[in-house]
Amino acid sequence: MLLCKISFSKLLTDLLKRKDAHRMYYNILKLLKEGFNDNKGWKKTWQNPEIKKKYDVIIIGGGGHGLATAFYLAKEFNIKNIAVLEKKWIGGGNVGRNTTIIRSNYLLNENEAFYEFSLKLWETLEKQINYNAMVSQRGVLNVFHSDAQRDSFVRRGNSMIINGADAELYDVNKIKSIYPFLDYNNARFPIKGGLFQKRGGTVRHDAVAWGYAHGADELGVDIIQNCEVTGFKFKSGTCVGVKTSKGDILANKIGCAVAGSTSVLMSKANMNLPLESHVLQAFVSESLKPLIPGVITFGAGHFYISQSDKGGLVFGGDIDGYNSYAQRGGMDMLEDVCEGGLALMPTIGKARLLRMWGGIMDMSMDGSPIIDKTHIKGLYLNAGWCYGGFKATPASGWCFAHLLAKGDSHSLSENFQLDRFKNGYMIDEKGQGAQPNLH
Amino acid sequence: MTRLTRNKSSLINTHKTLSFVFDGKKYKGFEGDTLASALLANDVKLIARSFKYHRPRGIITSGSHEPNALVEITRDNYNEPNSKATTVELYEGLKAKSQNCWPSLKFDMMSINDKFSNFIGAGFYYKTFMWPSSFWEKIYEPLIRKAAGLGKLSRSQNNGNSEKGFLHCDLLIIGSGPSGLISAYIAGLAGIKVILIEEDYIFGGSLNNEIFKISNMSAQDWVQSILKEIRKLPNVRCIKNTSVIGMFDHGIFGAIQKLKQNKIEQIFWKIMSKKALLCSGSLERLIPFQNNDLPGIMLSGSIRSYLNRWGVNNFGKVLLFTNNDDTYLTALDLISSGINLIGVVDTRDNPKIFNSKIKVYKSSQVVNAKGKFSLKGVDIVNQEGKITHLKCDFLGVSGGWNPNIHLSCHTGVRPEWNEKIHAFVAGKKNISTHLKTVGSANGKFSLNECVLDAEKQVLEILSDLKMKPKKYNLPKIKEQSFEIDPFWFVKIGSQRKWVDLQNDVTVKDIEMAYAENFRSVEHLKRYTTLGMGTDQGKTSNVTGLAILASLSNKSIPDVGTTVFRPPYVPLSIEALVGSSIGKNFKPTRLTPTHNWARDYGASFTETGLWLRAEWYSQKNENHWRMSVDREVNSVRNSVGFCDVSTLGKIDIQGKDALEFVNKVYCNGFAKLPVGKVRYGLMLREDGIVMDDGTTARMTENHFIMTTTTVNAESVYRHLEFCHQCLWPEMDVHLISTTDAWAQIAIAGPNSRKIISKIVDKQFDVSNKNFPFMACKEITICGGVLARLFRISFSGELAYELSVPTQYASSLASYLMEIGKEENIIPYGTEALGVMRIEKGHAAGAELNGTISALNLNMGKMVSNKKDSIGMILSKREGLNTLDGLRLVGLKPIKANNQLISGSHLFALDDKINPKNDLGYITSSCYSPTLKSYIALGFLKNGCNRHGDKIKISNPILGNEAFAEVCNPIFVDANGEKLRA
Amino acid sequence: MIIDHPLLGPRDISEFIYLGDATLLNRPNWDDKKAEDNFYKYLYLRENVAGMHKELWFHQQGDRSWLVISRNTVTHEIIKVELATEIKKKLEKSND
Repeated sequence: MLLCKISFSKLLTDLLKRKDAHRMYYNILKLLKEGFNDNKGWKKTWQNPEIKKKYDVIIIGGGGHGLATAFYLAKEFNIKNIAVLEKKWIGGGNVGRNTTIIRSNYLLNENEAFYEFSLKLWETLEKQINYNAMVSQRGVLNVFHSDAQRDSFVRRGNSMIINGADAELYDVNKIKSIYPFLDYNNARFPIKGGLFQKRGGTVRHDAVAWGYAHGADELGVDIIQNCEVTGFKFKSGTCVGVKTSKGDILANKIGCAVAGSTSVLMSKANMNLPLESHVLQAFVSESLKPLIPGVITFGAGHFYISQSDKGGLVFGGDIDGYNSYAQRGGMDMLEDVCEGGLALMPTIGKARLLRMWGGIMDMSMDGSPIIDKTHIKGLYLNAGWCYGGFKATPASGWCFAHLLAKGDSHSLSENFQLDRFKNGYMIDEKGQGAQPNLH
Repeated sequence: MTRLTRNKSSLINTHKTLSFVFDGKKYKGFEGDTLASALLANDVKLIARSFKYHRPRGIITSGSHEPNALVEITRDNYNEPNSKATTVELYEGLKAKSQNCWPSLKFDMMSINDKFSNFIGAGFYYKTFMWPSSFWEKIYEPLIRKAAGLGKLSRSQNNGNSEKGFLHCDLLIIGSGPSGLISAYIAGLAGIKVILIEEDYIFGGSLNNEIFKISNMSAQDWVQSILKEIRKLPNVRCIKNTSVIGMFDHGIFGAIQKLKQNKIEQIFWKIMSKKALLCSGSLERLIPFQNNDLPGIMLSGSIRSYLNRWGVNNFGKVLLFTNNDDTYLTALDLISSGINLIGVVDTRDNPKIFNSKIKVYKSSQVVNAKGKFSLKGVDIVNQEGKITHLKCDFLGVSGGWNPNIHLSCHTGVRPEWNEKIHAFVAGKKNISTHLKTVGSANGKFSLNECVLDAEKQVLEILSDLKMKPKKYNLPKIKEQSFEIDPFWFVKIGSQRKWVDLQNDVTVKDIEMAYAENFRSVEHLKRYTTLGMGTDQGKTSNVTGLAILASLSNKSIPDVGTTVFRPPYVPLSIEALVGSSIGKNFKPTRLTPTHNWARDYGASFTETGLWLRAEWYSQKNENHWRMSVDREVNSVRNSVGFCDVSTLGKIDIQGKDALEFVNKVYCNGFAKLPVGKVRYGLMLREDGIVMDDGTTARMTENHFIMTTTTVNAESVYRHLEFCHQCLWPEMDVHLISTTDAWAQIAIAGPNSRKIISKIVDKQFDVSNKNFPFMACKEITICGGVLARLFRISFSGELAYELSVPTQYASSLASYLMEIGKEENIIPYGTEALGVMRIEKGHAAGAELNGTISALNLNMGKMVSNKKDSIGMILSKREGLNTLDGLRLVGLKPIKANNQLISGSHLFALDDKINPKNDLGYITSSCYSPTLKSYIALGFLKNGCNRHGDKIKISNPILGNEAFAEVCNPIFVDANGEKLRA
Repeated sequence: MIIDHPLLGPRDISEFIYLGDATLLNRPNWDDKKAEDNFYKYLYLRENVAGMHKELWFHQQGDRSWLVISRNTVTHEIIKVELATEIKKKLEKSND
């Protein structure tokens, strides 16, 4: 009762004090006010500013990572003069078309610490950016089907706990009690147990891009859409700016966060990178009443699934496996993914596929990302996220901002070096080596 | 009150009456009806409630682009939610019910949402629900999730009634309207292989909706006559009830065929075509105005369909609202059927005069619809602003036609704007030369143009395929024109005007999104959810775009276009899986002794796709440890045999075979003598261990390589890569023989005795003549071809005997018989595993893809004196650090403390954190030989820590243990038994 | 996708396994002074072009031949399919 009272008064003070300091502040009072005002008072979620001649930092790429970087540069690292340059419309790339999963259940310490940091940032994100990204921590369950798999999940679960994340090992009976509709009777590869992370879950992906854009915009970041970077400007070997479809723009530092388009962008600086761009397909079904409470991944094939708040089943599988910038894949992968789905949960057989997309994944040579300076002064790189970039959005933004602001790596991303392949310090979760399509 | 009299000119069979139920009430319809046409004929107008605001809704279209009339079909053992009443063919006993309403369709409590629409407009949820943060998962989200969702999946298992098949053709024709029929006719006569596919349950497309004359017969009759000609051609396959759901690269299409009353309910076809023609017609679009979502407001072309195809004639008073000429066909047909046509409200100033009997309200717009659960009347406004109220029961709306080009975008070609018809057509920049649009799908809106277009395109295709056309007769069709003036939405009035009827997106929503800076087509779609429903925006996308264009003062093509993606219509996941369900998800591979082992009572385990015997329980054993411990003891004390056929076997032959083997292994093979086997360590090019095994030199140029089970295929592929892509000049040939030869390990101090009993007398298997690591091609049992290898995985005196797979089971029986004296037993993968751990042999758990030769304590095996795969990069700094991981053995301080695989290793006094993490346990077991639990693992700087005590941390299973670091070779470290 | 095998005609992509850029044919010399650097570049650095790409595929469920396929990574159009052995032999000849 007391808690309610304290919370309510805190709510009121929060609601009343913030509105003037912002261009556009969102909360329930504003929603009610505008509802009575025929919704005439809503302003732009982010502005369309004029491009300045020079900035302290330019971020190339208006996706989740680029926008998050700009936000943290302004909020945590006090950089004032920032621009995000987006070729088309912000959030139109992978952040706009993924399976929305967040989790921190990696095997290797270098990765696990980073993703756990990201998960902690997800937990307080909405307040930071003043936008409801529907961060929903309803649990991520990875089922396994053999002793060997169980052993590797035990190792992984231990890594998670050692790095401060939460993890539990479930036996098959526990799984049956939470997910009674999985196939326990007729499976080709019977479920033997699962690794469960309660704090894992889903986030509304579009809202992440729009939310970070809103948050960054409130802090004075210039978000420039329909501005394609066509080249870099160099002076005595240092990168001093970019050439764009809207003219030249100078900057002290330039950070590249363009995911699957990284090689194309960096080729303009004459760089070949340890990356291959691959297509990953994602699928959504017609909207159904609630069936799947959390995120489940299949262990005997590539398949993972969750159910969005609108009711659609959101699922995906493996990359198609060949270099592609086409943002579409083949029918055989669609069939493969559906086979995995029915092997895990036959009950979704009658659900109807409504839509499918493909994105461009920047697959790296060890499956782990790159957040590092390049050999060119002033030019910084954030890439190699493979198909796991969405969950990394906050930490990637934070660590890239740290690197750009301070000139050296955040401790949690110091292993994500570009030259680690040259020196033999690969961070290889799957143990597949220098073949991007196997990660 | 059911009304069953229908117009005469319809394609339904009025002699066959069907009964059906909707929302608990019984009705009657006819064979050939859809659920929608039957409901309309029975005066049922209210069919559904919309998704968000639960507004009363009726039928809008007569096809698969229906946004509103979604119902749940109840079948025997499952329910099919979100079924479009406009495409469900009526059958006897059909049971349907409305969805998304409670407690009933007429009195839906959730319609209260509509009162709050100002507060729950597009994107409202992004602006709130943020506080308190715990409330999102506990309260807000569960409520939203419960309210969302249009249908419910029953929890029963699916029935496996789906099949899949392949079809190949020269020309795939999608759609059997006039363009499709003409194309199939001309192409079929020319003799090429044609598949004609139709989504509907009858052929004919738009012509099924028309009664005008073609070649002196009604359009519907003309369809039958040309179909008759087409059906005579054996090279043309006609399939109906089939939707082409996607176009993929290189002429591959996916299509789903529904079968009526059949054990197999649907077939998913994968169609490989050389050429394809999209004859999918066009879809009419609506015009948003105030309250344009009342039941009774439909597409005007759909009114014509219901009238002419299904004979529905109880429309009462009908008004039409249009900006184009096609609506007048509806007007003419209504008049000739004696239906009360109030008039046509035309936005244009000077529309063509079609018939003096039609009252035309020129330069006018419908600005408001009135009624509660069904349309009662509308307000119209003319150029001067004069408002007139017209009573009507049905309003047919037409804002123009969108060529149905969905499929043409699937391989990345963006549509182009056509100013003449004010619609998008397929992009000309045809990245894929496979698919072309024809007829009305190609923007040709008059019938004569359709026919000529079909002819032109088929002739081009025949020419591409180097085929000559044969004589054909085309119907003569009067030239018609199609006029349209653009008119996208009514601006007058402040009440809501509906754009996307399924997701309840209004003009106001779009204006608000624009104000909030969601100005690109993609942003608009995602923010408002316009076009994201099960109809995929077929009736709303272009209108939405036009509104956006008007707000941003740009032309429609400048604003852009949303790209269509598969599937064209939703299809069930089980259709895409067919019969690969349950145990058929993946194949099961059985070892050559499987049947024998099964009969013997073995327990089986999965290794990849293989089923392998894990142990062979005897009668008194009620726990697996009893069996495994016994098997290990039996082997180490006497003899046992194990089926190891699953390990990869690769035959390598040729003059350069030795050099080839020497290049793919990192250790030296150049001096391997004939008749000897050697352990081989195979690296990836990055210096990490890929696989290990043995290679035997049978003759000078004949080698047999073994691999681990899991890597059999990938190693083979790698060897072929090395040969074909790196050293094609080498004279070497490879073939996988894994499935041709059975391989039985026979191990233990008495193994030589067993081998002597089975090998034919001319072969000397004494220790002198067949020492450790020898190999030879021999015969056994009086002439059966076999291969004998003296290699050991268990560390005991051992052999591996290879015979052609068909002899394996009888060999197993025979071994049991001749080994009675030595108490021979079969042993499984568990005992195999225990023994190899006791011997410190690396296996799959150690070769995890991040481990180098150095990590395995085999650094010195990597020869620097020759080129081999991986040697150079194995020298990288990061792979040779002083504190690198090394393979160690671990013995618990307390012998009965189990050491668990996956545990992490720490120094005794260190805190459990990532900085102090020293490694992990890879394999563990109970060793009956040492009478203790043991484990193998990787420990930083492990070689210098033998004798140290360390902490074994396993927080996920809640335990901790302490162990001593030791030599990973627990048993017979000097290998004396091997050489006995 | 359909791959037009030079010996076997058009085959469905599901019969093949993809490896990567055809530059993997140009394995460096092991006894070169800069061997470690050369091997690093060979194995790890890629052009990853958005356009015409020469790449290696293995016909796993067919004749087990390695193929060099010239394919556009933006449109997926396949221009040429050749046997890897022939390409490699040509490369060797031009290096001599």
